[in-house]
Amino acid sequence: MGVGKLLMDPLLIDLRGDRGRQRRETLVRRTFLAAAVFSVAISVAIVVSLFGEAGAFLNKIDVSQFIANGWFPRRGRFQVMALVAHSAIITGVAISVAVPLGIGSAIYLSEYARSGTRRLLKPTLEILAGVPSVVLGVFALNFITPQLVKRLFSTAETSNLLAAGLGVGILIVPLVASISEDAMRAVPDSLRQAAYGLGAKPWHVSLRVVVPAALSGIVAAIILAISRAIGETMVVALAAGNAGILSVNPLEGGITLTGAIAALAIGSDQVAGDNAAFQSLFFVGLLLFVMTFGLNIVSERFVRRYRQRY
Amino acid sequence: MISRTAPTPDLVQAALAGRRFRLVDSLLAGGLLLSLFSSLLVLITLLADTLRTAAPVFADRGLVFVTAPLSADPAKAGVLQGIQGSLALTLFVMLIGFPLGVSAAIYLEEYATDGGFTRFITANVRNLAGVPSVVYGILGLALFVNLAGGLTNGRTIVSGGLTLTVLVLPIMIITTSEALRSVPATVREASYGVGATKWETIRHHVLPIALPTILTGTVLTVARAFGESAPLLLAGALVTNFFQPSADASVVQLITDERYTALPLVVFNWARQPQEEFVQLTAAAVVVLLVLLVSVNATTILLRDRFEMKSLR
Repeated sequence: MGVGKLLMDPLLIDLRGDRGRQRRETLVRRTFLAAAVFSVAISVAIVVSLFGEAGAFLNKIDVSQFIANGWFPRRGRFQVMALVAHSAIITGVAISVAVPLGIGSAIYLSEYARSGTRRLLKPTLEILAGVPSVVLGVFALNFITPQLVKRLFSTAETSNLLAAGLGVGILIVPLVASISEDAMRAVPDSLRQAAYGLGAKPWHVSLRVVVPAALSGIVAAIILAISRAIGETMVVALAAGNAGILSVNPLEGGITLTGAIAALAIGSDQVAGDNAAFQSLFFVGLLLFVMTFGLNIVSERFVRRYRQRY
Repeated sequence: MISRTAPTPDLVQAALAGRRFRLVDSLLAGGLLLSLFSSLLVLITLLADTLRTAAPVFADRGLVFVTAPLSADPAKAGVLQGIQGSLALTLFVMLIGFPLGVSAAIYLEEYATDGGFTRFITANVRNLAGVPSVVYGILGLALFVNLAGGLTNGRTIVSGGLTLTVLVLPIMIITTSEALRSVPATVREASYGVGATKWETIRHHVLPIALPTILTGTVLTVARAFGESAPLLLAGALVTNFFQPSADASVVQLITDERYTALPLVVFNWARQPQEEFVQLTAAAVVVLLVLLVSVNATTILLRDRFEMKSLR
């Protein structure tokens, strides 16, 4: 572009650069868009792959089977209720361990810990969060069951729901702690200062001011923890056993939703094709997906609420 | 004249706060600290118990345990195939998952306008991050093992690697998005101001600044993929003993071999064996798994520090 032309008509200068540069911009933009759309494709693929085979499974078997006769897919007995009950017991145990420990840790880290203590203790939770679930499964099987559960309850079976629940509980403590702590740190300091100004004691401030103000975040943490506990597989597959008979005694073993999927997967060389046992895997997967998806959405609602307020 | 000294702030504070020992406060603080310490206690117990159980294996066989192949004989069994499989799977996640996740995050943070479509994708990614890993395994089974079996050759390490990639993708997108969001807008404005295009701005200014944080997120993601086992059960990884492929097998033969496993699955398999000796072997395999996890973390942290120094220069 000549200098003379530039001076003549300054309004018509094209700053976009040459055509190659523009073309490259478009290409790069489309590539990134494709990557983002790919994530949607994954969701669609999950839903399609679950629904297809699960539908075929429902067509093939009698739904009245779901409530009786145990879970023995290779013998054509599909008591889904047993799976749900065992999952619920393990989740209950896990939550009753993880919620007090997780929220207690969160209150301490957010309200009491000095920065030195924090720097020392926070990594503990982070390391615990990084321990693979199969390692906690081994711990539940080889340590929690013999050293803890069997010593307290001599009638406990080697595979039992209690040990599996404790293992899952340990696994989700860091999750509860980190989300609750985030929620409590988001509570503005002015609330604490106002409370102290009115003569409140430290325990009043943390339990009666900060915790209620952060409640929606804490509830979100608990719901997310429930979702994680239901979906946890390896701890349960190792420590809870494969018993397909409905049992509500935590000292007995029992197969869960995720455990059933794992058990079918390990033996799936024998069950291939359109066999009902193979398809039941997809049905159980769908059930799991719907449950956790619902819980995650509810938890998201709660998180949004505390974000809006502060 | 009466001499008066002004009360020091400490005196005022002491007068206001009182010198009483406040029982409820101390009890509460103690209880909360206890709940935090219980996590530490569990962690120490876990590590101590694992090391104690594993000690005889390493004392007897040393590092031979790490380089020996799988075997039904507890005296000979090693974790070689598990380590090989896990490293190959991690490579898949890094080579496919990392660029894909970073690209999607760049689109969402830098290009997308705040409309319904963007919000839909963001919500979708967040929900995907909450789907249990075993469900991703079902996806891998249906999609990579069965539907695309012609390309992946069925239950191969390719199927497993793709399944893990899909599993970690949402986490990768979320952490990268956060890193990009933390880059100040002034950096972009300055770059546009001197005539750079969007892509030039991202490539030369936004990405270098965000890279250390992106890599930190990648550490966590890769570590997660490394310890993941449930989806691999469905994507065809073996939980039985199998022979090593012959030493002169080509890369194509290796990755299309229908026999692969991962270290967490070796742990799983041995933990289910009835023989007493396998309890020790399981603990030893856990030790190898944890040591490798720590080194994956350390490598990526070193990498991050290198980039951090570069971007400061």
